[in-house]
Order: sequence, then structure tokens, then C-alpha cells
Amino acid sequence: MNNDTTKTIGADEIDVSCRVPLLALFGGAALWLVLGLLLGLAAAMSFHAPDIFADCPLLSYGRAQAAANDLLLYGFAIPAALGVTLWIFARLSQAPLALPIVPVAAANLWHLGVLVGTVAILLGYSTGHTWLEYPRPAAVLLFAAFMLVAISAVATMGFRPDRELYPSHWFLFAALLWFAWTYSSANLFLLSGHPPRGVVQAIIGWWFANNLVFVGLALFGIGIAFYFLPKFARQPLASSGYTLFAFLTLTFFGTWCGVPQSAPVPAWLPATSAFAALLSLIPVLAIAIVAWKTASPAGFSVTGGPFCFVKFGTLSFIASAFLYLSECCPRYSRAVDFTWFGFGVTQWQLLGFAGMILCGAIYHLLPLIMQKELPFPKLAKGTFFFFAAGVVLYVVPLLIGGVVQGLKLRNADIAFADASAAALMFLRVSSLGQALMVVGSLGLLLNILVMTIQWKLGLVKMVIAAVKAPLETEEVKS
Amino acid sequence: MKTGFSIFLVAFVALGASWLGFVYGPLAQLGGEQQTAVLQSADNWPPQRTGDTTLGLQVYREFACAACHTEQIRQTGAANELTLTSLGDHKPQEFKDFIQSLMIVPELMNSSNTIVGNLDHWNGDLPVTIYSGEDATVVSALAAKLKPVNVKADARVVALGADVKRGWGLRKSVAADYLYDAPVQLGNLRAGPDLTTIGVRDPDINWQLQHLYAPRSIVKNSTMPAFRSLFEVRKKSDGQASPDALVLPKEFAPADDLEVVPTAKARQLATYLLSLKANVPLYEAPFTPVTAAK
Repeated sequence: MNNDTTKTIGADEIDVSCRVPLLALFGGAALWLVLGLLLGLAAAMSFHAPDIFADCPLLSYGRAQAAANDLLLYGFAIPAALGVTLWIFARLSQAPLALPIVPVAAANLWHLGVLVGTVAILLGYSTGHTWLEYPRPAAVLLFAAFMLVAISAVATMGFRPDRELYPSHWFLFAALLWFAWTYSSANLFLLSGHPPRGVVQAIIGWWFANNLVFVGLALFGIGIAFYFLPKFARQPLASSGYTLFAFLTLTFFGTWCGVPQSAPVPAWLPATSAFAALLSLIPVLAIAIVAWKTASPAGFSVTGGPFCFVKFGTLSFIASAFLYLSECCPRYSRAVDFTWFGFGVTQWQLLGFAGMILCGAIYHLLPLIMQKELPFPKLAKGTFFFFAAGVVLYVVPLLIGGVVQGLKLRNADIAFADASAAALMFLRVSSLGQALMVVGSLGLLLNILVMTIQWKLGLVKMVIAAVKAPLETEEVKS
Repeated sequence: MKTGFSIFLVAFVALGASWLGFVYGPLAQLGGEQQTAVLQSADNWPPQRTGDTTLGLQVYREFACAACHTEQIRQTGAANELTLTSLGDHKPQEFKDFIQSLMIVPELMNSSNTIVGNLDHWNGDLPVTIYSGEDATVVSALAAKLKPVNVKADARVVALGADVKRGWGLRKSVAADYLYDAPVQLGNLRAGPDLTTIGVRDPDINWQLQHLYAPRSIVKNSTMPAFRSLFEVRKKSDGQASPDALVLPKEFAPADDLEVVPTAKARQLATYLLSLKANVPLYEAPFTPVTAAK
């Protein structure tokens, strides 16, 4: 299917039908992005001045960092990706969004869940499982909200006139299944009254984290990128065959990564993960080839527009995926285990890949669904440059610092204090990157906020006009 | 990929397979795990937790200590070691010559350079390690030759790796260690040291409490945040410090008429930390424990 043909008669209607649900999803997402980045910065302060929150357990490092990570994943990335998915499905189906009220309600439920979860973590009610810190009530809210959005998305997908699926369909539809399955399964096992004994909890946690943060985000992000890259580059998606190959290999191999090589578990688990990581290089390479062939004919000018966001995000995916898979490499992983390296890779996936692609998509969609220009187009460009610089400045020091720390950690003659002190200078630089990203994310929030307020004021004006209008006509009649 | 159903089927099979492998598989293999026997001992591992340690695990979770501390030891391999403890009535030089003469024994021939090399710069001090390597047959062959000439030697299995060398543990962590943990908090960052055997390394509860209240009063360059909210600063009653109060160095202590008393949570957390002592040999992670008194 060709993207250009989707913009036929009714494209405006389709866009407008997505307005309210997308505003609800994006508005909250932008707010959580700003808060998540701010909390991350607050958490990092504990490494610059250890006692800064000594009397304020709310913001102690472990709690603030967990809350920040969850805000970036559950608060920002997933609702934003769901919003973009709804719009892409509607456009590909050449039909208005099905059941538009359902995702609106779902968006509010979702944001409520994120709020409950975040407050719970800061107050110390985290579950203690990485990426599943939200306690049961918040998890139930998130899952219910997700299923509601998914119903609307799948119904919209069902309206498509052409039964043939576009590659974005595969990725995004699979992403819906991925979250529903992994999130429910992990929560049912770990947060039920009788969690499995011992280390099985950690194994389920790794399975979940890998399938959500690596495979799940990849499905969402690449699905979105493979819709926008051809659109912005005015090229058809390079090779449907390669794309299908990438999709199949990613879902079949990528799902088995994630168990760390040093894990205190039966040896077949890390060994399987190492082998799967090796095989998972194939989809990453295939995605790189498709993206390159599609986007490169359009040139490499950097203007700060949505195209730049998506290109940066796709590059980030390829690079961060290579580093993520490298962590499963048996010998080499000993140097980076338990250091800032893994943390840096995750942040790159969250912010450099998912964050960038989603910001670009939101900036592209806002004028379409609102049927008017962005109020602050310069801030939109600013978001790109601040975010791009921020991601690099944030992640690269963490990666280098992680390797430096790891090499010192594995030499027992170097005192532990020296090994962890070696990472401190890198952490200082990375906090600058965090600050830049906060500035960039404010641009996104302001644009959405002002557009929402303008739209609501417009609604109020319309209501006032409607209230006034009939009176006059009646007078004329009588 | 014509229909939505085919895409659903592919995704379902792909994710379902990994679910079977990484969720159902470990559940089937480890879900019914029980205590295991400690090698060369009548004890079982891990011990049941007391009430305070169980509550302490929850405080550990509440303050997300696992964000900076791991509870897992890595091991690169194991070595069979033979350590000489007594020469009987032999002289060191005589012993060296004796060892040299043994190198024609078939089991020892391949390792002769290592063994002789270990004794090259030896000045007669005991104990001395004469062999450390993977080959258990070398150790048994050497021990068999030393016994008749009345030379005493200890054969030991030791774990190798930076974590072990740092003194963080005597063996790698294994699945059995976490049997009674809920939630299991392995940690994935070592901004602070590993805590697997912290209960052996710093077994004094007052040390633990003071370290929680003011880390830099004990470890000068520590990057650990102080957890002062776990402590109560209160007025001394009748100018007398309560027996529970922390004894702090001047620059970390509050005003003279005040004292710092740990809350119940601080005590539980410290008790939990003291309970962390995974240093017994197991079937899947054997080593020869050093018995202190000989």
C-alpha cells in the first residue's frame, strides 16, 4: 500500500476524529515526560551531593530513579505510542477512528494509573520488581486502560478497505499483543498473593523487561518509523521482504534475550539469551537496511522538523539495540555488568529511540488533528536540538563511564571506592544532558498545552455563540 | 502477511514460545524448590528468616536499596589448591629437591613448571600454596606422594573471580540463595558494594546503624546517601543518653542535649543486612571452607 494514497478525500475528517483521544493521550504523556525527566535529574543529584535528600525519603535515589524510569516508559512512551498507533490505523483504514470515546476514557484511566503508581513509589510502596514497581491498583488501571485503547485500535484496523496489511500494521498490532500479554502475565505472577519462589521472580522480571523495553518498544517505535520514514522521504518503504524478515526475526529471536550472563540461575537460561542475542543482530541489521534505503534518498539536511526526530530515533534504535545485545555476550559482559553501562543503554532506548520518534510523530500529528499550525513552531525545532544534544550528552558519558567503572571493578586490586568514584565525573556530565532534555520536553508540553487551551476556549466560544444565536433567529421569526 | 489473523498467529507463537521457555520453564524447574543441603555439614540452606529480617527485607525494598547494591556474586571458575602447612622434620631445600624428583610422576608432568615455579622464590615460610589450578588429579597425586614422607598439606577447592578476590563472597550466588526472598532484589548496578555477605563482613549492628545514619562518618569517601529519616533525633531524658542511642563522632552528632535513636525500621533493615551471609558451600557452588581453629 502506498502512503500517499491514504491522504485522499476525508483525510481531514479522519484526523479530526482522532482529536480528542489523541489530545488526552499526548497531553498527559508530555506532562509525564517533563516530570519524568525532572525526577531523573533529582535522582542524579544524590550522586552530586549524597546527603541532599537525607531527610526527604520521598526523593531518595532509589525511589526517584524508579519513579522517573516508570514515568518515561508508562507515563510517556506507551500512551504516546498508543495515540500515534490509533491515528496510523485510522489513516491506513481510510476511516475515522472507531469508538472515539473509548480511548478518551482510557487515556484518563491510564494517566490516573500512572499518577497512583508514581505517588506509591515515592511513598515507598513500590513492589521492588524492576519495571513493575507500580503496586497492584495502578497496574490494574494501566492494564484496563490499555485494553480499552487496544479495542478501539483493532476496531479501526478492521475498517480497512484493503485486506492486505501495511508493514506498520504488523509491528503495531503485535505491539498491542505484546504489552497486553507481558504486562498481565508478569503482574499476575509477581504481584499475586503467592508469587513464585525465589529467583523465578527475577527470571520473570527479565523476561518482562526484555519483552517490553526491548521488543515492545521496538515494535511500537519501528512500526511508527516505518510509517513516517516513507511519508517524509516521499519514497515507498524500501523492501517489504526485508521488513517482513525483520519482523519475524525480531519477534522470534528478540523475545529470548534479557537474562544477564552473570545471573544466579540455571546455566541454560543465560546461554539461551546469549544465543538469542546473537540471532537478534539479524533483525536490527535488516531494520537498518530498510531505514537507510528508505530515508537516504531524501538527503540529510537537519532542519529540526518531524523527519529529523524520526531519523534520529531510528539511528538510536539501531545503535542502542547493538549495545543492548552486546550485554548478552558472555565474556565481554563481565566488563559492563553492574555498571552504568546497562543503565545508559536503557535510557538511550527510552529517550533517544522511543522518545525521539514519538516526539516527532506528535509534532507532526498536532497540526493535523487540530487543523491549525503549532503555536510555537520554533519551540518544536528547539525540542529536537535540545533533545538530540541532551540524549548524546546524557547517554554517552554513562556508556563510557560504565566501561571505565567495569574495568576497574573486575580488577580486585583496585579498591571498590576508586572504581565507583571513577564514574562520578561521567555522571556529572550526564546530568547536563538531563537538564537539556528537560528544556526540550518543555517545548513539547507548551505546544500541546497551548493548543488544548485554544481548542477549549474555541469550544466555549462556540457554546456561547450557540446559546446566543437561536434567540436572535426566533425574534426575527416572531 | 495478508490478514490480521496471520499476523496475530505469528506474534502469538513467537511470544508464546518465549513465555513457555522463560516463564513456564523456570517455574517448572525451580518453582518447587526446597532448602538444599550444605556440603560437609548437617545444615540446610538457606535458613528460615526471623520476623525482623523479613520485615527488614521490606524496608530494603521500600528504600529501593537494590538500585545501587547488588546481592549476587560472580565467579569465573574454581581452582584446586594444595597448601603446605607443615614440613615435618624436612628442611625447605630438601623438600624442594623432593618435589623436583616427583615431577616424573605421569599426573604431575604437565604441571611441573607451575609447581616448581611456585617454590622458586620460596624462603621456607608456611603455609605456601604449591599448586593452584583446574586439575584435581594433580592435587590428589601430589597429596598421595606427600603423605608417606610426613609432610602435611591441605587440599582445597576455591572459587575464582574479582568478586571473590574482593572478599565479597566465597562462592558465586546460586538460585537457592534467594529461596525465601519476596521480592527477590538482585540489583543490577554496583554504585555501592555487593551485599551478599555483608553480615559476615560487618557483623556489628551498631556499625550498620551508624553507617545508615551517617555513611561518611565511617567510610570517608562514601557516595551513599544518609538515611536520616530512619532515625529519630530527640532530647535526652534527664541529660542521659538512652542505651539505644548511636555513638557518633563529633562532627556528625547533633547538639549536646540531643541523641540519635534508630527507629524500628532502621533496626529491621540492619537486622536484615546482618542476616546476609551466603558463604556456605553447596553442591552447585562448592568450595572448601576455611575452618578457623586448627
